[in-house]
Amino acid sequence: MFSNRYIFIYSTIIVAIVAVALTLIAVGLKPYQDNNIRIEKMQNILKSINVVATPKNAEALYKKYIVKTFTLNAQMKPVDVDAFSIDLAKEVKKTDTSARLYPVYIACLDNGDSSYIFPLRGQGLWGPVWGYVALKNDFNTVLGVMFDHKGETPGLGAEIATETFQAQFFGKQIFDEQGNYRSIRVLKGGAKPDDVHGVDGISGGTITSRGVDKMIFEGLKAYLPYINYRKKI
Amino acid sequence: MKEPLFSSRNIKLLSGPLNLNNPITVQILGICSALAVTVQMKPALVMALSVTVVTAFSNLIISSIRNTIPQRIRIIVQLVVVATLVIIVDQILKAFVYDVSKKLSVFVGLIITNCIVMGRLEAFAMAEKPWRSFLDGLGNGAGYGLILVAVSFLREFFGSGKIFGMQVVPRIMYENGYQDNGLMILPPMALITIGIIIWIQRSINRDLIDKS
Repeated sequence: MFSNRYIFIYSTIIVAIVAVALTLIAVGLKPYQDNNIRIEKMQNILKSINVVATPKNAEALYKKYIVKTFTLNAQMKPVDVDAFSIDLAKEVKKTDTSARLYPVYIACLDNGDSSYIFPLRGQGLWGPVWGYVALKNDFNTVLGVMFDHKGETPGLGAEIATETFQAQFFGKQIFDEQGNYRSIRVLKGGAKPDDVHGVDGISGGTITSRGVDKMIFEGLKAYLPYINYRKKI
Repeated sequence: MKEPLFSSRNIKLLSGPLNLNNPITVQILGICSALAVTVQMKPALVMALSVTVVTAFSNLIISSIRNTIPQRIRIIVQLVVVATLVIIVDQILKAFVYDVSKKLSVFVGLIITNCIVMGRLEAFAMAEKPWRSFLDGLGNGAGYGLILVAVSFLREFFGSGKIFGMQVVPRIMYENGYQDNGLMILPPMALITIGIIIWIQRSINRDLIDKS
């Protein structure tokens, strides 16, 4: 039989040992984990311009295609912050929206055209959804998109991360002929074949589809002053 | 007299769980993760290795300190040790096999609650010497892993026509009307696959059949 005193001391020592061990391991492995997250971000950005990268060649391809990055503040004025290091999760949480930062990535494609990549972040059914929309240099036509999610339902909402869903966005337009902002709607019940502003939503994934719809609408809307300014030149 | 490290009694600790005392098919433990991570072989293999490492080392650690653990808080101590090992495994996966760790997601964390781990600690490590406990942990982890790999092989092969992510069903088969069985990718087929494995195993080893 062990005394209470022994039990208390015993548990204290065990917990102390465990705490020290875990701290050392977490600190030691942090650089590797951060690097993985960085490389995944590069892969995601490249995917929005339809370049498939593996973890091994992501860094080289990113250097090759992404020629310029910059950051805009809420008034769409450039600020001196590294665009790649901005964590959008933190930006969308800011209660003061005028303090938000908006990163932009510019890619130079194989055919010499430039493409403008806008990161987006929104809310799905179970957790956050995020993605990148790449516009062609007319600032209207979609070159490609990339979506991912934290934990949407497999087979339903999680389908937003599949090639089939994302391929629908190719060639869609965010402005109508009069130049009004239409975004690209994710439509429940499907989009008409000739609809250049809509894609099919996911059956059984209505709330996730709505989340993606809102994310694109709100996300690109924030960049509108910049997009409109660039369209005029 | 000192027992040799790999005496027949010790070897049995390793081989028993692979067949006649398999944690999944005979003791029916650890089913939940077996259903969830067996869509593809690579995550299944990583999961199997993770569980093996955790069972083996938690058995080793608990067995080494078993005489100092107060009875009244033994489950807490066991959990602290298991949780520590699981966090270490999770952190290592995140650092070195990031894509697999994303697929396994919560299931690595849930190794803490895997019945096999706690079961072996309570039933074996609390009463046996460290080396034997370590072998028992390895054996049970491997027994769990064996079923995981078998199930994931069947599911990936019939569900996606791939093995370890490599296309093995030739294109010409698809052109002639062959289709992957989409049902194999869904969790219910994992349960049915495990059921079939249990059936085959019991038809071969009639002793396992419940007499009643």
